[in-house]
Amino acid sequence: MSAEAITTDAVIIGGGPCGLFAVFELGLLDIQCHVIDILDRPGGQCAELYPEKPIYDIPGLPVVTGQELTDKLLEQISPFNPTFHYNQMVTELTKRGDNDFVVKTDSDVEFHAKVVIIAAGGGSFQPKKPPMPGIDSFEGTSVFYSVKKMEDFRGKDILIVGGGDSALDWTLNLQPLANSLTLLHRRPDFRAAPDSVNKMRELADKGAIDFKIGQVTALHGDGGVLTGVTAKGKEGEFDISCNTLLPFFGLTMKLGPVADWGINLNENLIPVDTEKFETSIPGVFAIGDINHYPGKLKLILSGFHEAALMSQQAFRYINPGERLTFQYTTSSSSLQKKLGVV
Amino acid sequence: MAKINFIEFDGKTHEIDATNGMTVMEAAIKNMVPGIDADCGGACACATCHVYVEPDWLEKVGERSEMEEDMLDFAFDVQDSSRLSCQIRVSDELDGLTVKIPEKQF
Repeated sequence: MSAEAITTDAVIIGGGPCGLFAVFELGLLDIQCHVIDILDRPGGQCAELYPEKPIYDIPGLPVVTGQELTDKLLEQISPFNPTFHYNQMVTELTKRGDNDFVVKTDSDVEFHAKVVIIAAGGGSFQPKKPPMPGIDSFEGTSVFYSVKKMEDFRGKDILIVGGGDSALDWTLNLQPLANSLTLLHRRPDFRAAPDSVNKMRELADKGAIDFKIGQVTALHGDGGVLTGVTAKGKEGEFDISCNTLLPFFGLTMKLGPVADWGINLNENLIPVDTEKFETSIPGVFAIGDINHYPGKLKLILSGFHEAALMSQQAFRYINPGERLTFQYTTSSSSLQKKLGVV
Repeated sequence: MAKINFIEFDGKTHEIDATNGMTVMEAAIKNMVPGIDADCGGACACATCHVYVEPDWLEKVGERSEMEEDMLDFAFDVQDSSRLSCQIRVSDELDGLTVKIPEKQF
């Protein structure tokens, strides 16, 4: 049985820049938020795709990296104490009544919220699956895209493919458990932490692991049981015998379960109006890259604007009949009190 | 101005007029050439605009940068002719450039 449901004003699906700024705009209106993200940290694409790359079109910040922007947004929203739920994907969104939604995640966490804000960008980040014929039939039995429990890999003949931190970290961590371990990468250089690369090379020099340069071209085995792969290197093809394959080719964005929630979609985007940024389900909003309306630009600044307008309508749903007075943070002592600056 | 030829995996060819200064990826997206996904929008952060440059053109398009080389780790079936099309800038010298699109960006 799952733990007791979390009751809150608003659930924000997606912890990218727009989801984070929504916490701010909703917070100014005294709306408490829980933020759910599939990644293990906030920032969305800013953190996952381009943490170190400069962004030049955030108003007031001539240049800021994806990570810096994330950090600044976290600082900005800290007075509102949002609760973050990482490493989970929202699987279900159902409407129980007016301003009464149930949100469930793949970690069996349940939320009851008055409004839901979908700020899911390009969807959820999921591991890239190499487009090799027949790979599906090995998934879950011999092919894994992540390591949930290390013990499951004890005594296996493991092949790890990739050259980033995941590939290197798991090479180092699984080597003591594995019966044999081969690391396959397309080139001698890595984009992983130099310390991990050095440690991996030491293991290879000792003969504790095998490091090979090449790319997988075919999988062999039957009935979900992998027996080996064929790889292609500079010198031609060679075989690697293994019963477990861990490909680490980074993450890709997939729309994911959003399509199952009964919201009208248009080519994987959620059509919204431009006054409230509300979806076809009243009380469910969509902001940022995932929405669409005439003239939409997929810019972070558009998402910020959408968050502000969405919050006005969210307030009306959460506080029916109450008057909403528009205020400026520069002059309103009540807003300044919420921000903790007076 | 340069004409860029995109050859899909099944052999279908698209001849595109590209403006100098834009990237080969942008030329593909603007003209809705299938098979170039460009998930990250040209930040050299995803490897979903992977193309194979025809041998005659390899020297003219220049070398991969270190960042591009890193990103190519995320592509499938990387060959000596592999490039990320967001990192090739169109110029008069590239008039007639021909690139092949892989079966799948992944």
